[in-house]
Amino acid sequence: MARELYSLTIHELSALLLARTVSAVEALESVISRIEAVDGRVHAYISPTFDFARSQAQAADQRIARGDGGPLTGVPLAIKDILCTEGIRTTCGSRILENFVPPYDATVIGKLKAGGAVFTGKTSMDEFAMGSSNETAYFGAVHNPWDLDRVPGGSSGGSAAAVAADECIAALGTDTGGSIRQPASLCGVVGLKPTYGRVSRFGLIAFASSLDQIGPITKDVEDAAILLSCISGHDSKDSTSIKRHAPDYTRALKKDVNGLRLGIPKEYFIEGLDPQVEKAVREAIDLLKAQGAEIVPVSLPHTEYAVAVYYLIAPAEACSNLARYDGVKYGYRCSQPGNLREMYEQSRSEGFGPEVKRRIMLGTYALSAGYYDAYYKKASQVRTLIRRDFMEAFKTCDLIVTPTAPAPAFKLGEKLSDPLSMYLSDIFTIPTNLAGLPGISLPCGFSEGGLPIGLQIIGNLFAEEQVLHCAYCYEQSTPWHRRKPSLA
Amino acid sequence: MDFEPVIGLEVHAQMLTDTKIFCNCSTQFGGEPNTRTCPVCLGMPGVLPVANRRVVEFVLKTALATGCTIQKYNQFARKNYFYPDLPKGYQISQFELPIATAGYLDLELEGAVKKRIGITRIHMEEDAGKLMHEINGIAGDSSFVDLNRTGVPLMEIVSEPDIRSPREAVEYLKTMRSIVQYLEVCDGNMEQGSFRCDANISLRPKGREKFGTKVELKNMNSFRHVEKAIEFEIERQRDMLEDGIEIMQETRLWDEKREETFSMRSKEEAHDYRYFPDPDLVPLVIDEDWIAAVRAGLPELPRQRRQRFIDEYGIPGYDADVLTVTKQVADYFEAAVKLHNQPKAVSNWIMGDIMRSLADSRDIASFAVTPVHLAGMIALIDKGTISGKIAKKVFEQMAETGKMPESIVHEQGLVQVSDSGELEKAVQAVLDANPQMVEDFRSGKDKVFGFLMGQVMKSTKGKGNPQLLNDILRKQLAG
Repeated sequence: MARELYSLTIHELSALLLARTVSAVEALESVISRIEAVDGRVHAYISPTFDFARSQAQAADQRIARGDGGPLTGVPLAIKDILCTEGIRTTCGSRILENFVPPYDATVIGKLKAGGAVFTGKTSMDEFAMGSSNETAYFGAVHNPWDLDRVPGGSSGGSAAAVAADECIAALGTDTGGSIRQPASLCGVVGLKPTYGRVSRFGLIAFASSLDQIGPITKDVEDAAILLSCISGHDSKDSTSIKRHAPDYTRALKKDVNGLRLGIPKEYFIEGLDPQVEKAVREAIDLLKAQGAEIVPVSLPHTEYAVAVYYLIAPAEACSNLARYDGVKYGYRCSQPGNLREMYEQSRSEGFGPEVKRRIMLGTYALSAGYYDAYYKKASQVRTLIRRDFMEAFKTCDLIVTPTAPAPAFKLGEKLSDPLSMYLSDIFTIPTNLAGLPGISLPCGFSEGGLPIGLQIIGNLFAEEQVLHCAYCYEQSTPWHRRKPSLA
Repeated sequence: MDFEPVIGLEVHAQMLTDTKIFCNCSTQFGGEPNTRTCPVCLGMPGVLPVANRRVVEFVLKTALATGCTIQKYNQFARKNYFYPDLPKGYQISQFELPIATAGYLDLELEGAVKKRIGITRIHMEEDAGKLMHEINGIAGDSSFVDLNRTGVPLMEIVSEPDIRSPREAVEYLKTMRSIVQYLEVCDGNMEQGSFRCDANISLRPKGREKFGTKVELKNMNSFRHVEKAIEFEIERQRDMLEDGIEIMQETRLWDEKREETFSMRSKEEAHDYRYFPDPDLVPLVIDEDWIAAVRAGLPELPRQRRQRFIDEYGIPGYDADVLTVTKQVADYFEAAVKLHNQPKAVSNWIMGDIMRSLADSRDIASFAVTPVHLAGMIALIDKGTISGKIAKKVFEQMAETGKMPESIVHEQGLVQVSDSGELEKAVQAVLDANPQMVEDFRSGKDKVFGFLMGQVMKSTKGKGNPQLLNDILRKQLAG
C-alpha cells in the first residue's frame, strides 16, 4: 500500500501535487484525518484552521491546474501560534492574548500564502516562547509523539510534535535560545534557525527582539531548504532584516563533504552531557569524517557564560516587549478594575503565567537604575566575547558540530518546578542565538529507550547553505530521519 | 542673601514631516480619534518600527543651525513606563547616544548684549497619544484614549543651565522657535502644543559655583506663561531659602488660572525608565556626505536675514528685527518690496496696520491683503493717486474683501484731487464760513490752523491732496 499522504515530506508531496497525481484537497484531508486521529494524545494544536485550510487547498488546486504551482503550493503546514495570521486567532500560548485576532499577517505568512501553502492550524508553544518543555503553555502541555509521558521540548514544541506525529507536512517555529532546534532534537525532526536578520520578524510576536528568528521544522533537510527559500529575504518592515540576496537553498544540497572543516568545541562535551547523546554525536562526527570532512578541535572559551548572559538579555528585552499587554487596547482585561493601577496589575497578574512573570521580573531587575551596568550592560559585553569566540573558531573551521540538547526528552513535570535545570536544556543552543549564527538540528540516533537524539551544525553568519549541505550529506547516509513514532 | 537663578530649558518640538516617525500614518493634527493609526503606532503584537529618514534630516538641520556636533553613530533607546497613552509601554527615544550634542544659541538682549546659551543635546523621539476624560463635556466613569498623535516625531532640545532670568528664558525660546520655523521643521505653535517647553530651575547664592536643588516645571503653553511661571518659581524658592527651608527635588505644574506652580511628583516618585538600546532598530549611521548635503540645503536663518535686510534694504535694525521673527513675515516683506521698491514704507505698513489686523492669528500667509495688494496700494500713494489717509480706508477694504487697490479706488471714486483750482475754491469756502477763525489765526493763534485744515479735508471728503491743501490754506490765510 502506498504511504499515507500525511506522512510525506514537502518535496515528496509537491511532486505528486504538481504532477496532479493527488490534489491539495486530498492531501489536506489526509492530514486532517491524521490530526483528528492523534492530536487528542499529542495536543500539538491550539487552533486548528481546517475551514480556512480547505479554501486554501481549493485555491491551490486551481493554481496548480493553471500551471502556476510552486514547491509549497497545496502543502499543508502548521504555524507556531507566535506568528500573526490575519483573521485567525493568535494567542502566543498565553491567556493574555486568548482572544487576539490580528488584522495583519506576519511577513513570513504573507510569503507562504503567496507560495500557495495551506495552513492546518496554529500550534502550541510555551507561553510567549518562554520555556524548553512546552509546559508553560496556557492551553495545555504538548506530549512527545515518541513517548507521550515526555515533553516535546520548547518553545516550538507544538510545531515539532506536529511534524514528528505527521500532523502536518512541515511547520514554522521560532528560535530565541534554541526553541526550534531543541524541540526538533527531542522530537526527532529537522529544525533550522537561520542567521539573525535572514528572515523578517515582522508579525512575529516578540520575546527577545535581538535573538528571535523564524525557521522551518521539517521531516528532512531538503524540506528545510525549501521552506527557508520561501520565507527568507529582506523586508522593509523590519529594519533588522538584512539587505542580502536570499538564494535557492535547495541548490546547496550536495552529497559530498570532502574537505569541509568541522570544528568540534570541547566546551560542548562536558560533564552533564548524557553519555548516549555524546555517543550518538561522536558517531555522527566519525561518519562525516569517514565521508571526507576534516575534523578540527576548536575552543569557544566563553561558552560557560552563555546561559547567564541569555537570562539577562532575553528577559530584559522581554519585560519591555511585554509591557504592551496592559489591558488597555486588546487582549485580556480583568473585570471591574477600580482604577488604572488596578487594571494594570490585575490584568497582567491574571493574564500572564508564572514563567512569564518570572522573566518579566528578571528583566525589570536587570535594567533597573543601579543594576543596569552590572547586569544588562555586562551581559551585552560578554555577548560580544561569545560572538568573538565563534568568529575566532571560524578562522580554522567551516562549521561547528555539537549536540543540540544535553539529554533526550525528559518527563512531563520533571523540571517544571526547577527553572534552573530547565534553563540548562538550552545550554548548547543559546550561544548561537547570542552570536546571531545559523544552526540546524537533525536526528543522529536514538537512546536505548527509543528517544530521538539531535545533532547540531552551526555555521558562520549567512552560511545556511553550508549548514544545509553538511546536514543533507549526513542525513542521506543515515536512516534516522525515516523513523516514525508509533504513537502507541 | 542675594540669590541667582539657574535655568535650563527642554524644548519638545513636533516635526512637520508628512508621516510619523516609525510608520506611514499621517501626522496631521486632529481627525476622528484613532483614525490616523496603524498596527505599528498602535503597538500591536509582533509589529516593528522603521525609522523615517525625513525625521533624521529635520533634526540634522536643527543641529547644524545651532552649531551642534553630529553624532555619527546613533542609537534609539526604549524609555519604559506604563501609561494608557503609550501603547507599547515604552517610548522610543534616544538616551546614551543622541543625534546632536554641544551646540549653542546666541541671544540678543536689550542694549545689544549678546549672550551664548549652550545646547547640551538634541534627540529624536516619538510623541504619545492623548487621554480624553470627558466626552461632549461630560466626565463618565471611564477615560478614552486617542492614539492619533502617537508616533508623531518630536525633537527634544536640551539647553545647558546657562539661563539666568525669565527674560532670557523667553528670549531663548523665541530665538529657538524662530530657527525651527525658518528651517520649516516645526510650526512653533505653543498653544496647540507643537512647541512645548519644560524648565529646570534652581537658585544659588550669588558667586557660588555649586548648583542648588532643581525643580522641574511643566505645563506652560505660551511665552507669557513661561515667563510668569519661572518668575513665580524663583520667588517661591527664594522665599523658602530665605526662611531656611530646603528645596525638594520635584516636578511642578504651572496652573495658569491661579498663576502658581503646584507639586506633581517628588523625586522619590520619579520613574525609573529602564532605558536600553532598542533592539528593533539598527544603529543609525550618519555619514559626512549626508551631513554635507543637509548643510548645503540649509536656508537663510533669522539672524542672517535680519542683517541682510539692514544692508540690502536700508531699514532700521528695529524694523529688521520685527520683520524677521517669522519666515512668513520676512517672505511677505520681500515679496512686496520686489513689486514696489519702497522698503521703509512696506515695513511701516507691515509693522503697523498689517500686524494689527492679524492680531492673534499671526497667519500672514493667508491674509487677504497679499504682497501684491500692499505693493499696489503703496504705489498708488507714491503716484499721488490716493492720499495716505485714503490709503487706510483702501487697506481696510482690501482686508475685508480681498479686492485689488485700484478697483477699490476707482469703484468708490477715491482718487485724490490735485487740481489746485478746485482745491482753492474749497479752501476759500471754508475761510468764508469761518471768519472768526481766520481773524484768530492772523492775530497769532496758530492752533486754529489744524481746525481749518480739518474742515477743508472734510469738505473734500478726504480726497484732497493733503500737501497741496496745506500749501493753499497757508497761502490764503497769509492773505
